[in-house]
Amino acid sequence: MALNELINRIFGKDDKTPKAIAKDRLRVVIVQDRAAVPAPVMEELRREMLQLLSKYFDIDETASVALEDSDDAVALVANVPIRRARQFTASNGV
Amino acid sequence: MADNTGRVIVITSGKGGVGKTTTTANIGMALAAMGERVALLDADIGLRNLDLALGLENRIVYDIVDVVEGRAEFRKALIKDKRHQNLALLPAAQTRDKSSVNPEQMRKVVSDLLDDGFTYILIDCPAGIEQGFRNAIAGANDAIIVTNPEMSSVRDADRIVGMLEAEGLSNPKLIVNRIRPKMVKNQEMLAVEDVQEVLGSSVKLLGVVPDDEAIITSTNRGEPVSMTEGSLAGQAYRNIARRLKGDEVPFLDLDEKTTFFGRLKKLFASS
Repeated sequence: MALNELINRIFGKDDKTPKAIAKDRLRVVIVQDRAAVPAPVMEELRREMLQLLSKYFDIDETASVALEDSDDAVALVANVPIRRARQFTASNGV
Repeated sequence: MADNTGRVIVITSGKGGVGKTTTTANIGMALAAMGERVALLDADIGLRNLDLALGLENRIVYDIVDVVEGRAEFRKALIKDKRHQNLALLPAAQTRDKSSVNPEQMRKVVSDLLDDGFTYILIDCPAGIEQGFRNAIAGANDAIIVTNPEMSSVRDADRIVGMLEAEGLSNPKLIVNRIRPKMVKNQEMLAVEDVQEVLGSSVKLLGVVPDDEAIITSTNRGEPVSMTEGSLAGQAYRNIARRLKGDEVPFLDLDEKTTFFGRLKKLFASS
């Protein structure tokens, strides 16, 4: 990423026009706004996800689910520590 | 509901002060001048301004809260414009607030207006996304989003697009208001294309209105600019009304060089 920044600086990304700056900021903020989820809904989403995942794995309750913003995209990132995968037999098979 | 095919258009923005009321008054005037029967509905209860924009503030007797609370029949509350017989204003209340009316009541008022034969009902939506917004969109079958070419209003407009979609108004039209062609040229202001790009293809451009001092003087007099020749903003609003009716009108060339005043300035500059 450092090379990228260096190139941008050489080719004048720093003297972007006011309008270009505005447009960039606007794009980023709108991407984030559009993906925003209220906290209670996020909690519900986390609960349901873990419920589903625990069907396949024995998971740790410290699992986290959150929205992460990078430059111009938002991603749902889940970090789910797994103890073991559940075994499926003929009787409880999927 | 009776068999009425009138268009009920909510004029909204999210952000305050971008020109919704001015737009409502001007489009309404222009449509009436083109022969449509137009009802203008001020949904900004508690902070009414559509009456001022039209110069009708001294003729208010009853308002929309009187109508929904049964003190006046809607025809009594409607103020007929003396300049156009087929233009009428249903004013908002000034001493109440947005909780005085609910969406169901708004729908009934709209329905009554349609039954009365109005072909266009323009609803001036208040700023915000709360009760006032929900009231204003009730009964609407079309939406115009007004935005300024600047960050905050475009951001709010984007939120409004989502909220309109959630209420079934999925193809809102866009008016970019207060554009300053010189600043756009100098890359100091977002261009119309930038706004369109950010908001996405679900929003169709209906018109572009330049920043125009004539708007301020017209509000001072209570005479919407679309009524008179001589201002770019007025022409822009007339074009917007025509486009609403289905005419294909090319967008104005707002470049100073080619406008009347631009040419006049050049004339004096060179002599």
